Amino acid sequence: MKTAGTLPEEPETTESETVGKALTRDPLRGTADKESAKGGEGGTLNVFSHGMLVLWAVMVVMPLLWAVMTSFKDDRSIFTSPWSPPTSLNFDNWSRAWSQAHMSEYFFNTLLVVGGSLVGTMLLGSMVAYVLARFDFPGNRFFYFLFIGGMSFPIILALVPLFYVMSNTGLLNTRHGLILAYIAYSLPFTTFFLTSFFRSLPTSVAEAALIDGASHTRTFFQVMLPMAKPGLISVGIFNFLGQWNQYMLPTVLNTDPDQRVLTQGLVELAASQGYKGDWSGLFAGLVMAMLPVLAAYIIFQRQVVAGLTAGALK
Amino acid sequence: MEHGKYRFIVGFLIVPLTIYTVFVIWPFVQSIYYSFTDWTGLSPDFEMVGFDNYIKLFSDDVFWKSLQHSLLFLLLLPLVTISLALFFAFMINVGGRRRKNSAVSGVRGSSFYKIVYFFPQVLSIAIVALLFRFAYNPRSGSLNAALDAVGLSALKTAWLGNPETALWAVMAVMVWCTVGFFVVLFSAAMTSIPRDYYEAALLDGADRITTFFRITLPLLWDTVQSGWIYMGILALGAEAFAVVQIMTTGPGGPAYATTVLPLYVYLKAFRDGQAAYATTIGVALLVVTLAFAAVVLKLGRRERLEY
Repeated sequence: MKTAGTLPEEPETTESETVGKALTRDPLRGTADKESAKGGEGGTLNVFSHGMLVLWAVMVVMPLLWAVMTSFKDDRSIFTSPWSPPTSLNFDNWSRAWSQAHMSEYFFNTLLVVGGSLVGTMLLGSMVAYVLARFDFPGNRFFYFLFIGGMSFPIILALVPLFYVMSNTGLLNTRHGLILAYIAYSLPFTTFFLTSFFRSLPTSVAEAALIDGASHTRTFFQVMLPMAKPGLISVGIFNFLGQWNQYMLPTVLNTDPDQRVLTQGLVELAASQGYKGDWSGLFAGLVMAMLPVLAAYIIFQRQVVAGLTAGALK
Repeated sequence: MEHGKYRFIVGFLIVPLTIYTVFVIWPFVQSIYYSFTDWTGLSPDFEMVGFDNYIKLFSDDVFWKSLQHSLLFLLLLPLVTISLALFFAFMINVGGRRRKNSAVSGVRGSSFYKIVYFFPQVLSIAIVALLFRFAYNPRSGSLNAALDAVGLSALKTAWLGNPETALWAVMAVMVWCTVGFFVVLFSAAMTSIPRDYYEAALLDGADRITTFFRITLPLLWDTVQSGWIYMGILALGAEAFAVVQIMTTGPGGPAYATTVLPLYVYLKAFRDGQAAYATTIGVALLVVTLAFAAVVLKLGRRERLEY
C-alpha cells in the first residue's frame, strides 16, 4: 500500500484536472478506489485482519453457546458427543438446578448482599467524595490518599487478618458482614472516581442553594447528587458488576453453606455435583447464572461499556 | 458558607471512614505486623519471631514457584492481551478504508465485534473459570472433542492435569476474558484522535502499519499504560486467584504447576493454619505489585502529546 498517497491515476484526464478533482473531494476516496482495484498487498492484509476478527468472535461465542447447548442435554450425551446439539430439550435440568441444587437460594443471597452493598457503596462513596472534592480542611489530602491507596494493594493480604477480625466480632458468615466488606473494598475506586467528578461540577448552583439558606446536607442531597447522576450511574454499574461477580471475598469470609452467593455456590456445586455425576444440572446452573448478566449487558450495552471504561480510564 | 462546615464534614466522613479503616486499613497494617510473628490463626496466642518468616520464605520451593508463575502472569498476560486488543481496536476503528465516504472508519461489522468481544467481561471470573474447566476436561470437554473433529487428535491432552500445559491453559482463559474490555477501552481512546491526523498520514503515503505505530500508538500511550497497570493488578490479584483456585485441582495444579502468589497466601492461611507465614507471602506479593507499578510508570514516562 505504499502507493496509497499518490494521486489517483485516471487516464482520461490531464494532470491538472486530476489534481483539481483530488483536492475537491475526500482525498481518501481516491486511494480507496485504487486499493480496491488493485487488491494485492492490501487485500491479503484485509483477509488476514478480517479473519482474525471473525476468529476471535467465534472463540468468544463458541464456549457460551456450547454451555447453553449442554445445559439442555442429558448426562450421557454430554460425555459421548460434547459438540452435537441436544437430541431433546431437557428442561428438567433447569428446574432441578433451580430447586434441588439451591440455585434459587444462591440468587436470593446474591441479590440481598449486592443490593445492600451497592446502596451503601454509592451513598457513602459519594458522601466522602463530595466532602473531599468540595471542602478545604486540614487533612483533606491525607484522607484522599488514604482512601485511594486501597486501589493499589493486594486485597488477599488484608483478608487474612480480616477473617479473624470478622470472626471475633461475629460478622463472619453473615450477610451484613459481607455487605460491609463489599462496601469497604469498593470505596477506594468509588471515592477516586466521584471526587474528580464532583470537582468538575459547577460551583454556582450549590452556592446559590447555600445562600438561599439550605444546609450543607440539604444542598448535597437535593442539588449536588442529582447533578452528579451521570457519574453515579457509571460508577454504579462498575460496582454492581464487580460486586455481583465477586468471588474472593465471599470465598474467604462466607463459608457457611446457607449464606453462599452465586459464584461460590456454583463452584461448590461443581465439586459436589461432579461426584454425583449430575453434569447437565450443573451446566443448567452455570447458564442460569450467566444469562441474566449477558441479557442485561445486551440491553444496557452503552451504559455498561461507558461505566466500565470510564472506570479504567480515569 | 462557613456555618456548620466542620460538623458537616465530620458527619459525612465518620461512617465511611470507620468502615474503611476497620475492614481495609487496619487488617492491612495488622498483616504486616503478623508477618513478624508465629501466629497460626487457629489460636489467639503468638510470639514475635523477627524475620524468621522472611528467612523461611527463601528456602520455600513452593513460594519460588508461585512467585515465578505470578511474574510470568505479570509479564506475559498484559503483553498478549494488550497486543491483541490494540490490533482488534485498530481494525475496528481505523481499519476500514472504503466506507461511509470518510477517511478512516471501522471495518464492516465493527459495532457487532465491540459488543460480542465484551461478553466475557460482564461474566463473573468464577463462572468463566468453571466453564473452561469443563471445556478443558479430557474426557468430555469440548476442546478435545474439537481437536478430534479436525483431525488433530494427537494434540489431545488432559489440559489442566498435565503440568506442562496447565499454566498455559489457565493463562489463556485470562486472556480470553479480558481482551474484549481492552478493545472497548482502546476504541474509546481511538475515537478521540482527530481524523485529520489520519488523513494527513494517508496523503503522505503511510500504510496501515505505519499509521498504527506513528499515530495511533503514540497518541494512545497514556491509555495503554493505565491498561497495563490494570491488567498487571488483575494478573497478580483476585482474578488470578479465582482462575487458578477454581480450574486446577489441588488446588494449585499438579505438583504446584499453577500456584500463584495470591492462591499460596490463601492456602497457607486457611488450609495449612499458618496465618503469619501467609501474611509474609502477602508482603512479598505487595512488594511485587508496587515494583511493577513503579516500573511501568517509569518506563511509560514520555512527553505528553496534546491534541
